[in-house]
Amino acid sequence: MSNQGKMDCGRRRLVVATAAVGGAGAVAALVPFVSSLLPSERAKAAGAPVEVDISKLEPGQMMTVEWRGKPVWIINRTKDMLDTLPKLADAVADPKSEKNQQPAYAQNDTRSIKPEIMVVVGICTHLGCSPSQKFKAGTEEGMPDGWLGGFLCPCHGSTFDFAGRVYKSKPAPTNLEVPPHVYLADTRIMIGEDKKGA
Amino acid sequence: MAAGNFEKYKSDGSLAGNALEWVDARFPATSMWKGHLSEYYAPKNFNFWYFFGSLALLVLVIQIVTGIFLVMHYKPDAALNANGVPIAFASVEYIMRDVSGGWLIRYMHSTGASAFFIVVYMHMFRGLLYGSYRKPRELTWLFGVGIFLCLMGEAFFGYLLPWGQMSYWGAQVIVNLFSAIPVIGGDLSLIIRGDFVVGDATLNRFFSFHVIAFPLVLIGLVAAHVLALHETGSNNPDGVEIKANKDENGIPRDGIPFHPYYTVKDIVGVVVFLMVFSAVMFWAPEGGGYFLETPNFYPADPLKTPPHIAPVWYFTPFYSILRAVTYPLFGLDAKFWGVVAMGASVVIFAFLPWLDRSPVKSIRYRGPIYKTLLTIFVICFFVLGYLGTLSPSPMGELVSQVCSVFYFGFFLAMPWWSRMDKFKPVPDRVTFK
Amino acid sequence: MKKFLIALLFAPILAFANTSTVHIDKWPGSVSDKAALQNGAKLFVNYCMNCHGASYMRYKNLLDLGLTEQQVKENLMFTSDKIGELMRVAARSDEQKQWFGAAPPDLTIIARARGEAGNAGAGADWLYTYLRSFYRDANRPTGWNNTVFENVGMPHILYGLQGQQVMNHETHKLELAVPGSMAPAEFDKSVSDLVGFMVWMGEPQQEYRRTLGWFVLAFLAVLFVVAYALKKEYWKDIH
Repeated sequence: MSNQGKMDCGRRRLVVATAAVGGAGAVAALVPFVSSLLPSERAKAAGAPVEVDISKLEPGQMMTVEWRGKPVWIINRTKDMLDTLPKLADAVADPKSEKNQQPAYAQNDTRSIKPEIMVVVGICTHLGCSPSQKFKAGTEEGMPDGWLGGFLCPCHGSTFDFAGRVYKSKPAPTNLEVPPHVYLADTRIMIGEDKKGA
Repeated sequence: MAAGNFEKYKSDGSLAGNALEWVDARFPATSMWKGHLSEYYAPKNFNFWYFFGSLALLVLVIQIVTGIFLVMHYKPDAALNANGVPIAFASVEYIMRDVSGGWLIRYMHSTGASAFFIVVYMHMFRGLLYGSYRKPRELTWLFGVGIFLCLMGEAFFGYLLPWGQMSYWGAQVIVNLFSAIPVIGGDLSLIIRGDFVVGDATLNRFFSFHVIAFPLVLIGLVAAHVLALHETGSNNPDGVEIKANKDENGIPRDGIPFHPYYTVKDIVGVVVFLMVFSAVMFWAPEGGGYFLETPNFYPADPLKTPPHIAPVWYFTPFYSILRAVTYPLFGLDAKFWGVVAMGASVVIFAFLPWLDRSPVKSIRYRGPIYKTLLTIFVICFFVLGYLGTLSPSPMGELVSQVCSVFYFGFFLAMPWWSRMDKFKPVPDRVTFK
Repeated sequence: MKKFLIALLFAPILAFANTSTVHIDKWPGSVSDKAALQNGAKLFVNYCMNCHGASYMRYKNLLDLGLTEQQVKENLMFTSDKIGELMRVAARSDEQKQWFGAAPPDLTIIARARGEAGNAGAGADWLYTYLRSFYRDANRPTGWNNTVFENVGMPHILYGLQGQQVMNHETHKLELAVPGSMAPAEFDKSVSDLVGFMVWMGEPQQEYRRTLGWFVLAFLAVLFVVAYALKKEYWKDIH
């Protein structure tokens, strides 16, 4: 340390040069280590878009498919179910889906591309439980009077309507998430992929 | 140069200075820096052979860092996956293919294992050349032998983890060696395996030893090795004690501060080493089938032994000695004496400080006896190593027996021959340039 | 003197080196020939994957051969419909065990496994020779035998291409008795492509690895120059 003041210019330049080149090498050597922390090809394959055939989905029925380890619900809504949606405009927290919980193409009254087909991630936006079906209006056990049908999260009692919109004054902060999806054909949906540029 | 005799750091008033003063009052930062680096005086005449100590430390760091990242993806599980492949084996291929950058990390680790032994063998050979084990550095040497033993264990446990054919059958053979020990042998093998054959239990405990137990011991031993060295000071190619000749400030006249002189020199050594290391890793990661043995690309199959089992190259000299023992003795069978001979061939290095009775340390001032015997010893070591990679044969057995006898003779007769040599006068000061 | 000693000690050892009795042909291909690898991939998927898996490989890896996703999906994917999936065998290993006595081995890294100590590239040569060395043998349950792998459990899958060879017991050489759909030279080329694909599949990033090595070594050479200059500069102090 004491001879630091006496260190001549050439020596200092060489110290800096070695440190710079060596440091660049050290940073480059970090690349494989850091990239090994990213999702692997297996994780990517498991998270790949899922193709679903909905030709056998009857009106009023719901099917569940797995996408990135999460349940994705596809509901073929009947006319009755769709009719409940406008009536609930005052009862739900975000009736116009203003919060960013859906792709732009699903930011509409039915939160879907085709009005009757609802595609939504079945994970409560509160703490991640999966809500259960409470489809029957008024008659479902344990549901409040005047229930129009929808979903109830068993963990903390959040309720959602047939468009995945959360009711007011419930623990869940936002509507259920609509995943990116695209129709490959009339009855085939690709979940996890937006419409390509074309 | 014991730490603790240095003055505490006094701040120059800057923020960084104040921070350092605060730390130094509570932690021996300055005294450790000075005692082990900037005012640790090393002989100025270190040659090529003195690179291997710091290189061994570098390889240890490489192994630990790459190991940490491999453990994130590796699974020590002998059960079969949906494709009928053991999960452990498949997880290695998963690292090689599916994990981004995984192949590079894995090759660093596998090449590092062989590099570790090359560097350590060179480091040990340096000790033999210049009498580094002699008084007052016996403890440094003993810690070093401990490190070597620990490293062999670490390598052995680690070799099972890829769960290939060579992993499996190598472990099977080595664990069965313990059953040669009379009375307790059978139970001992059972305790090591945790099963009647090498199996899932074995894989899991070897994994535990490889990633936790042995690395911890290894790091402790390395610290002790360096501390003991810095207590006595380093030896040098002349075998002259530089502390015997100090200037008015108490600094050895032939000593230079380790930092910056040996740090800048070791950086050059590190770069050259990394060039060789990278060349192997990028262009021949299998090491010609010696670093990654080809049968290990088949998953472990407990029902089918590969036609030729050989340990990895760094174990083969000792393995040859094991195979060379074919005679029963004192009512105990050859297998038992083979195990004893193999163990003894490693442990015997620990006795070197007391076997060597030569009045000089360095080969530079020793006579033809030492030079000849050391040369033959090294040749025997290579021959044993080569024979250990081959299938047993009558000719190989004979050659390995001759080499083994010489191997032990070199050590056991050392108290006599080391005194008989023709010695040259040792100078007072080291030779430089 | 030292050299003489070394020579003396190593002379008998070199004599031990195992010599194989079967002649192994050198694999003539190269892993950098993309067109050959693509052809090999097609042969592999069509002929090998009926029984053997390549279960560490993903179909996605095949894109590295210069194929488009569309091409892979249409021509090479029969066991899965997702490009990210592993190249699994269509049959189940426990069922195969019943049919063949032993499950046909996974072939992803077979070219590496067939290498030898001292010659890691020998796996390609072995495969190239093996796949061309089947001959008719009525004594075997499959009707086939192989000069490289005696009494092998696998039948000759490529016989439609190669034709049928028989053993001439006087010359101990194989002779083509019934020609296949390919001329011998054409067949050899196809097998070479197939082996090339298996060598490539053993480590799909191998070409990249070798290229990366040059960059790393070039960088270290620069670092060496600077570090060596630094060392020289400091060691001027030491006399």
